[in-house]
Amino acid sequence: MGRMISPGKATADAIVSDEPIGFYGGVDIETGIVIERGHPLEGECVTGKVLVFPRGKGSTVGSYVIYGLEKNNVGPVAIVNEETETIVATGAILAGIPCVDGIDISRFKSGDILTVDADKGSVEKVGSKGL
Amino acid sequence: MYLTKEEEGILEGEKGPVLEKLMRLLARLGDIYGAEKMIPVGSVQVSGVSYKSVGDPGLAFLEDMASKGAKVSVLTFLNPAGMDLEDWEKIGFPQDFAKKQLKIMNAFKKMGIVVTSTCTPYLAGNLPRFREHIAWSESSAVSFANSVISARTNREGGPSALAAAVLEKTPEYGLHLDENRKPDVLVDVSCKIESDADFGALGWYIGKSVKSKIPYFKGLPSWSTTDDLKALGAAMAASGAVALYYAEGLTPEAHLQDVSDIEKITVEEEDMKETYAALNSGEKPDIVILGCPHASIRDIQKVASLVNGKSLKKPLWVCTSRVMKEAADRMGYTDVIEEAGGRIVADTCMVVSPIESMGYGTTGCSSGKAAQYLPGFCKQKVVFNSIESLIKEVL
Repeated sequence: MGRMISPGKATADAIVSDEPIGFYGGVDIETGIVIERGHPLEGECVTGKVLVFPRGKGSTVGSYVIYGLEKNNVGPVAIVNEETETIVATGAILAGIPCVDGIDISRFKSGDILTVDADKGSVEKVGSKGL
Repeated sequence: MYLTKEEEGILEGEKGPVLEKLMRLLARLGDIYGAEKMIPVGSVQVSGVSYKSVGDPGLAFLEDMASKGAKVSVLTFLNPAGMDLEDWEKIGFPQDFAKKQLKIMNAFKKMGIVVTSTCTPYLAGNLPRFREHIAWSESSAVSFANSVISARTNREGGPSALAAAVLEKTPEYGLHLDENRKPDVLVDVSCKIESDADFGALGWYIGKSVKSKIPYFKGLPSWSTTDDLKALGAAMAASGAVALYYAEGLTPEAHLQDVSDIEKITVEEEDMKETYAALNSGEKPDIVILGCPHASIRDIQKVASLVNGKSLKKPLWVCTSRVMKEAADRMGYTDVIEEAGGRIVADTCMVVSPIESMGYGTTGCSSGKAAQYLPGFCKQKVVFNSIESLIKEVL
């Protein structure tokens, strides 16, 4: 069981990064596309996905980017981390995006369908895309 | 988390919806990170100022707060804006961008925030004392305050810093507690460190390797200046999430640390060579932009002496705070740089200003932090090198 960072439930396809994400300069606030050069998710879109990554990095403006993604309707539907630091936590809380940490993310890969129940601190694989 | 009667009251809405919302954010963060109580903060640095960074959602959020009467109760400074707040028209910042940016500034001013617009508040009038508890955002300033000054702050997000400024408190967790401030990786610098860019490159490499750990540097040159330490910290905070580092013989609490039994990284010439290769994606700069974090008067002096009496073939910007610009004006450095064809740009920086829409494709910089952000956020190719080499490049 993980820890609830921001409450709520969601089920969607996962997009998984084994590298940290810095939202500011890393994810485009208008489109939800990852723009950090050389990032494993570069060019992919986080919109409507369960976004799984180990932890945040980089700028403290990241909170506003997460908030902005949600307000622009291009945000992820849930966030799953090994460890959520303050920047991502603040963004998720303000945006109202369900967020859980304390999760072993190596169990998941992009395309898995995940159910996140942040209130319970749980993340479960319920299927795979295309199956 | 324990809340005082007054804090509970705020949480129940006794002081209106704005304070309730902000207290809820701090209380939630406190609960998540295991804070026992709130502690008072001595100063705040708020990030998320450029319209380019926060967009319309951020603007709406800030205007909403300001219009509902949110007021800061502690010395609060601001990060750079997306443009020079006085000379934006002359420099060529787009009109519609400027309009939104000025709205953001007005919202902050209404809240009682000093609209300084610099990422180096410690050079502009917001200088915390040794071991003072503060709530700062701006990852490079967080690193400087924790490491070079030995104040205590977590890496606040823009909104959580704003909440701390209004409520004058922050939950006591993380780097506010001494037990969480111990170094966990020893960095043995066995490569040559000679230029400003070397500090940026070293920081970028270490941030990438240690992520959010607390590094202890051994072997940095004894001549390292506060400008060098700011460049080192800024790069580590951009490529990783380093909020605190120690440097033997250079930072105030380094000698109190026990590093006998921690993981060790040795940085060799080869690592630095690879880092320079990784950071250099361009060939010839269309523009050279210095001052990330904001240039000190010493940096500006150096640039002025390098371009004195010469003529630049490409634009050169030196980004700095309004305070340093005043000093540069008075010393004649601004004139020297302008006569050579460059300019000193205050209140903003290359990363948060819309340079990609101003016709530039390749930017020269000496900052590890800028080199991290320019490709993604500003769609720039990067020429990363020392100030001297970059200026030679465009003379």
